[in-house]
Amino acid sequence: MSDPAVLVVGAGPAGLSAAHELAVRGVTGVLVVDREASAGGIPRHCDHTGFGVQDLHRAMTGPAYARRLADRAAGAGVRIRLSTTVAEVGADGSATLVGPDGIDVVRPRAVLLATGARERPRSARLVPGDRPAGVFTTGQLQQWVLLAGLPVGRRAVVVGAEHVAYSAVLTLRHAGVRTVAMVTSLPRHQTVPAFAWATRLGLRVPLRTSSRVASLDGHGRLEAVDVEDLVTGVVDRIPADTVVFTGEWVPDHELARRGGVVTDPATLGPRTDGWGRTSRPGILAAGNLVHPGETAGLAALGGRAAGRRLAETFQRATVRPAVGSLLTVAPPLVSVVPALVDPDDLPDRLLLRTAAFTDRRLVVARQSGREIGRHRLRHSVPNRSLGVPGAVVGAMVSDGGPVELTLI
Amino acid sequence: MHPGGDVEFDVAVVGAGVVGCAIARHLARAGASVVVLDRAVDVGDGTSKANTAILHTGFDTEPGSLESQLVVRGRSLLADYAAAAGIAVEPTGALLVAWDDEQEARLPSLVDKAAANGCADVVLVGAEEVRAREPHLGPAARSGVSVPGEWVIDPWSVTLAFATEAVGIGTVLRLGTPVVGLDVGDEGLEVRTPDDVVRARWLVNAAGLGADRIDEMLGHRDFTVTPRRGQLIVFDKLARRLLTRILLPVPTARSKGVLVSPTTWGNVLLGPTAEDLEDRTDTATTAEGMARLLADGRRILPDLGAEEVTATYAGLRAATEPGGYQIHIHGDQRFVSVGGIRSTGLTSAMAVAEHVAGLLDGAVATWSGRPVATPPPVMPPLGERQVRPMRDPVRIAADPAYGTALCHCEQVSRGEVRDACHASVPATDLGGVRRRTRAMNGRCQGFYCGAEVVALVAAETGTRATTLTRVPR
Ligand SMILES: Cc1cc2nc3c(=O)[nH]c(=O)nc-3n(C[C@H](O)[C@H](O)[C@H](O)COP(=O)(O)OP(=O)(O)OC[C@H]3O[C@@H](n4cnc5c(N)ncnc54)[C@H](O)[C@@H]3O)c2cc1C
Ligand SMILES: Cc1cc2nc3c(=O)[nH]c(=O)nc-3n(C[C@H](O)[C@H](O)[C@H](O)COP(=O)(O)OP(=O)(O)OC[C@H]3O[C@@H](n4cnc5c(N)ncnc54)[C@H](O)[C@@H]3O)c2cc1C
Repeated sequence: MSDPAVLVVGAGPAGLSAAHELAVRGVTGVLVVDREASAGGIPRHCDHTGFGVQDLHRAMTGPAYARRLADRAAGAGVRIRLSTTVAEVGADGSATLVGPDGIDVVRPRAVLLATGARERPRSARLVPGDRPAGVFTTGQLQQWVLLAGLPVGRRAVVVGAEHVAYSAVLTLRHAGVRTVAMVTSLPRHQTVPAFAWATRLGLRVPLRTSSRVASLDGHGRLEAVDVEDLVTGVVDRIPADTVVFTGEWVPDHELARRGGVVTDPATLGPRTDGWGRTSRPGILAAGNLVHPGETAGLAALGGRAAGRRLAETFQRATVRPAVGSLLTVAPPLVSVVPALVDPDDLPDRLLLRTAAFTDRRLVVARQSGREIGRHRLRHSVPNRSLGVPGAVVGAMVSDGGPVELTLI
Repeated sequence: MHPGGDVEFDVAVVGAGVVGCAIARHLARAGASVVVLDRAVDVGDGTSKANTAILHTGFDTEPGSLESQLVVRGRSLLADYAAAAGIAVEPTGALLVAWDDEQEARLPSLVDKAAANGCADVVLVGAEEVRAREPHLGPAARSGVSVPGEWVIDPWSVTLAFATEAVGIGTVLRLGTPVVGLDVGDEGLEVRTPDDVVRARWLVNAAGLGADRIDEMLGHRDFTVTPRRGQLIVFDKLARRLLTRILLPVPTARSKGVLVSPTTWGNVLLGPTAEDLEDRTDTATTAEGMARLLADGRRILPDLGAEEVTATYAGLRAATEPGGYQIHIHGDQRFVSVGGIRSTGLTSAMAVAEHVAGLLDGAVATWSGRPVATPPPVMPPLGERQVRPMRDPVRIAADPAYGTALCHCEQVSRGEVRDACHASVPATDLGGVRRRTRAMNGRCQGFYCGAEVVALVAAETGTRATTLTRVPR
């Protein structure tokens, strides 16, 4: 096949939005490759509404949103190749594509990685016990129920209490499974109060706060989940045939890391500037690969920003790597995306994450001990998006050292 | 199958682990008609599926012991067999590392022991050289011993290849069939299962953890079995760059200790623990076990801690009292018992089979068929360094199903899963699919592919998804 100008890896919200932006800004030869048989990424199997609000300014279901983004990109002239895996992105900028038609090696001018993030599965959380059936992540559960129509079980425990955990409860309900408990190690739920109330009172799902899953019981099939109260140390055995591990996002960074891209120790995704540029010239990254666990809308907006700047600079000889000053965070903040910022080219927003609940809402930016900006957050809830305008670091000095963000 | 009816088989083997399958293959090639019975629904579903996958040299076995002889012989037989069958082997070699004065002081005796076991290439390595060879080792690493012959192998394909070859030359595989009783008759033995009686001239007990129980059915108490659990942690493929060889500890009498090893699937393995249990089915991991392993891992390869864990599992070694290989023939009962194949059975299986055949030498004349010399079956390439179907343009051109990804993390195509369900020793459950293809064994553990794999396996095997995933009624 002929070499694309830009290869976008992943046809989720980020990849499709980036490709669309490139095409409408006049870059021809944009190819989006996805290993799944249909485009759209995770929203393909999120059968509830609320998608599109941030980027398309209207609410729709996940599958409708997925179709919409794919049609829009295709309409702008983007080629979308499905059922094709990008198996490798080489140090020389070449990419190996594998699909039913065979194996192709292409040499695009730029590669944009938009491979998304997954939830950390039970094994990686080192939950002890045997290896019974009936253990899920939300992503697996949604596909199980909504795409494949497979049977689940009767009684479930949901691990986590952020947005995605509440959507797991709904998917379980749809599949005729009763959620008998939600478990979070934090002292409170981390979703919007309306979801939490509706689940607790409407669906009668008890939430066990400050608790963790101590082990799983069952040999062939799950029989019970042992839940430990972290305050009292008491362990309760909750009979259940199904457990869903939600959240704890891990970026799908394999291609990025094998391609030599520097990753951020806090997000585990590629370290980027506000336009998705990474440490490697010609390799960009966007979406949940860069900021795991954010909404589809933010992924789409990130893809759009990366696409825009790439289109604007595409005529230059090379696609340059990320440059800028490093942003750092102090506890309870754990991460900031982008981590590299150029004061002459500020990103629209910075995405922060906190590890713990806190009453502190004021984000203060300091460079070499000098305060350069502040912004009040509407909330500071863990496992939720905390967005602050890029302007909060607007007063930074180019070579004045790292900028630290703290909550006071 | 009427009571008092004719003998149906020359040999019945109890246990379709790596040892039982190797024995069945060997005897079938010698002309015997063989039946293998196992209570599990797949071959290699016991200890043989959950080990550290090392092709041992026997350098640390007791010199002159039966185990030492059979490991050395088995290693060479299996290395050749694996090469012919296309089973992944990586000649990594091992570096045994000392971490304190006491361990360091024991290194020369290990070299001597290795020499006594015929491993002349096992030599001392100075601390600097140790670090040069494995720069990611923790700061407390001292000098060590190089064991170039310790390699890693794909253990699942080994058992499967033996079974496939045996079935190809007429062996009857009866899975899902527990042996519940044995009676000695005039012409042979009656092997009782919950549904019927199988008659065979000879019986071989290769029941692993259940071997003492089978022995007891015929009145023998030569050994007792204690399950010794070994828990393991599998790290992400991105950790593979942290080591090039197997990193061994200084062994103790009870176990070979906690090691870090590359796997042929491209991951890194940390383990195993060694815990004596009562329950012969307790393959659960524990919080204490995982914590101990992680502590050891941090000491051995500190950077391991930054990588994701892909899987955890536990295997049960069949530790016997008395220890060592317990291979006994009871000619009056036409019974051979193969017990105590504790920590080296993957490596030694082919030599154990040869040894058992030697014990049965006098019976060979009675085998109902002629010897056959078929080549080993060619197994699907599961090794990360082999050319797997999704990287093989010729196979994809011949059948696009080999270019259609099903499991993304492990890069397994739909074609491979389909094939596994229709093989001569087919996968009938999800574990069987995992071991034949690697599907769902990767870092996402089914986040992306779980539903599609189950749907495909249900369609290909004709088994309902409810059954495959054991959904309670
Ligand atoms: C279970 C679940 C429920 C969610 N619910 C909501 C919600 O209700 N509302 C909301 O706003 N957000 C929700 N999210 C988050 C939302 O799905 C993500 O923010 C969004 O999908 C991220 O978009 P992305 O493009 O970065 O990645 P993804 O949507 O994950 O897309 C990545 C794409 O890359 C492809 N890919 C990866 N590697 C390769 C490769 N090597 N070769 C080819 N293709 C590859 C994948 O197949 C996938 O299609 C949910 C997420 C999950 C997991
Ligand atoms: C943690 C660990 C690490 C190891 N590492 C290595 C290594 O690196 N290299 C190496 O060479 N070896 C290693 N080993 C040892 C090796 O795995 C074993 O020696 C080998 O798998 C034993 O095979 P087997 O066929 O005897 O037993 P098994 O595989 O357990 O087979 C016995 C079979 O008998 C069946 N059975 C039992 N009772 C009955 C009954 N009554 N009726 C019907 N069926 C019955 C069981 O279902 C089982 O399938 C390790 C072992 C462990 C546990």
